[in-house]
Amino acid sequence: MGVEQKLANMGVVTTTLETAVNWGRTNAMWPMLFGLACCAIEMMAAQAANYDMSRFGMELMRPSPRQSDLMIVAGRVSRKMGPVLRRLYDQMAEPKWVIAMGDCASCGGVFNNYAILQGVDEIVPVDVYVAGCPPRPEALIHGVVTLHEKVRAEKFKDLAKV
Amino acid sequence: MSEFQLQEIPVGPYKHLVSERALTGETMMLNMGPQHPSTHGVLRLLLELDGEIVVNCIPDIGYLHTGVEKNMEAKTYQKAEVMSDRLDYMNPIGNNLAYVMAVEKLVDLDVPERAQALRVILTELQRISSHLVWLGTSALDIAAMSVFLYCFREREIILDIFELVSGQRMMTTYLRPGGVWRDVPVEFETAVRNFIKIFPKRIDEYESMLTNNPLFLDRVAGIGKLSREDALSFGATGPNLRASGVNWDLRKARPYCGYEQYDFSVPTHTRGDVFARYIVRVQELRESLKIVEQALDKLPLGPVHSENRKFVPPPRSEIGVSMESLIHHFKLWTEGFPAPKASVYSAVESPRGELGVYLEGDGGPKPYRIHWRTPSFENLEILPIMAKGHLVADLVAIIGSVDIVLGDIDR
Amino acid sequence: MDNKLEKIVQVLQGKFGAAFEEFRDEAHVFISAEHIIEALTVLRDEHEFALLSTLTAVDYWPQEAPRFHVIYQLTSLVQNLSVQLRVPVNGSQPKVPTATGLFQAANWREREVYDMFGIEFEGHPDPRRILMPEDWNGHPLRKDYPLGYEEPQFTFNFDEIDLRKPSPKE
Repeated sequence: MGVEQKLANMGVVTTTLETAVNWGRTNAMWPMLFGLACCAIEMMAAQAANYDMSRFGMELMRPSPRQSDLMIVAGRVSRKMGPVLRRLYDQMAEPKWVIAMGDCASCGGVFNNYAILQGVDEIVPVDVYVAGCPPRPEALIHGVVTLHEKVRAEKFKDLAKV
Repeated sequence: MSEFQLQEIPVGPYKHLVSERALTGETMMLNMGPQHPSTHGVLRLLLELDGEIVVNCIPDIGYLHTGVEKNMEAKTYQKAEVMSDRLDYMNPIGNNLAYVMAVEKLVDLDVPERAQALRVILTELQRISSHLVWLGTSALDIAAMSVFLYCFREREIILDIFELVSGQRMMTTYLRPGGVWRDVPVEFETAVRNFIKIFPKRIDEYESMLTNNPLFLDRVAGIGKLSREDALSFGATGPNLRASGVNWDLRKARPYCGYEQYDFSVPTHTRGDVFARYIVRVQELRESLKIVEQALDKLPLGPVHSENRKFVPPPRSEIGVSMESLIHHFKLWTEGFPAPKASVYSAVESPRGELGVYLEGDGGPKPYRIHWRTPSFENLEILPIMAKGHLVADLVAIIGSVDIVLGDIDR
Repeated sequence: MDNKLEKIVQVLQGKFGAAFEEFRDEAHVFISAEHIIEALTVLRDEHEFALLSTLTAVDYWPQEAPRFHVIYQLTSLVQNLSVQLRVPVNGSQPKVPTATGLFQAANWREREVYDMFGIEFEGHPDPRRILMPEDWNGHPLRKDYPLGYEEPQFTFNFDEIDLRKPSPKE
């Protein structure tokens, strides 16, 4: 069902600004090209031909944080990498979202030791956690779709408070 | 929002590694990474540049330091294995193999024929999948986008085979001390035969896109030369060493898992540049496929793990009827098995080179010290030598050709 | 054990009076820190051990003398042999001469041993930490260094641990 059918011959569509803006945000969400460990390989697999994330408007990976609005933390974050990751997050323009991909990014995974942050949510706010070690590409795509649902339900007045 | 200032990289801590011109400000220091699309992970390079030309290159590693060695000391021999998968994440089964072979050597455990053959098939498939990721990403770095899509298509077939045998796509932990986890399902043979049938044509496809492509050749020929002497002195192994003209492959030199039964050759090249490393790896794809086919033809029937109940848990069906089996099961899953107070070094040929495990036991059920001799660590160390005098754009091709995996380097 | 390897071990024993252990066909030769460079030179130049496979260390804390063993694993491609040299080092101010002059591969491996165990390599051209951040305290692979393990949260102690957990600020 395209926009033509909705329009019929009236030429006018009424919607709220919120819906229109959120719709725009979900359909052109540019993730940052940023791989850390094992999950990055599955993230690449999700981009490649078999899974093809571009079906969800996600094909454009930007290596620059300034141009991206979604950070997919794909892999374990070490204590040496932590400050770098936070700096990248700070460099991203608002509005921005974070997906913690995989067990290591979500909670430290199997590595409970001196070198690994026990979840990336200790340093950046996370919107969606994707479980798995590493998650299958389908799981990542599900995470992205879940994030889209979340973005669609965002209210301007809630965002204004922050 | 915090504010940022443009920071100059202080030359101070690197004074002894840069040329004198950097101290006077004549050459420029540039930071590359840890977040960079073509450093293959979280590698950080400090470059001293004279215009576009790399004068010095100082790698800074450790951004993925995971503490695997320390963490493995805190777990029993069986449980520590899950960490080995996640070291070199392109080669999880190869890491399992290195680890279980070290444990088997330490406790002197036998492995049945069928398990050995299955190990060979799976590690060779893993080698193919690792080389495919390398081929796809390093070609992507020098702007050959479609190769990436083609390589990942074939990689999915291999991952489906892994999923079939173990239930996981990447981190399978399928090989266990004394054998493999459980026997392969009946569909395994058809799946692998299917792959053997289609894959040679696919390699031809990659080669038709790259090997004679003048755009590709311009980027790789004569770039990043590595001499035989440098390669040996820096401890390079694997395709990087073989591309520099040294015929050294642990599968041939010190056969393990019955590699001596299979007929395959070790591709070498003498030019030692990016192109030579590419050719060696592409030929390795074909050789690995040959090994898989022979191992599958010869695959013997029989048990897939050792009968030594002190180290290998008994089958579920025995636990209900045999008191001894119940005790072994209980002891193995609560305490683990003890290993002698001694040390072994065992090495296998991973897609990147000599993957060695130094394992020391202290008489208890946990490793006292485990050290991973990971090939990428040594291979990356040569990067400054190879990069010197090349353009920054060529540096990207060189990093790609060395085939580093940061999980393998930082551990 | 292989005949050729036995001869090499005998040479080392004759020159440096080295103790020797054999386990599963592997030769472990103990050499003191002052002779290690000489021993490596002999192996490299006279017996064709061209590849330093790895260089690492083991900590035997709380034992003090020797507390560490520095391990050199050498491979000869021509003869297809491996030999392991072990250098016992005491716990207070552990020091070993650097092997970077003989094998370039020793450079990063020695930095790693310094980073992880705090063993200094005298004469090393680039004595910095390699894996941990520059300002890190302690040497993680020492046995007296804690694993740094985080408590798992259960229902009964969830809130208590949640208070202590770090969380991001805008």
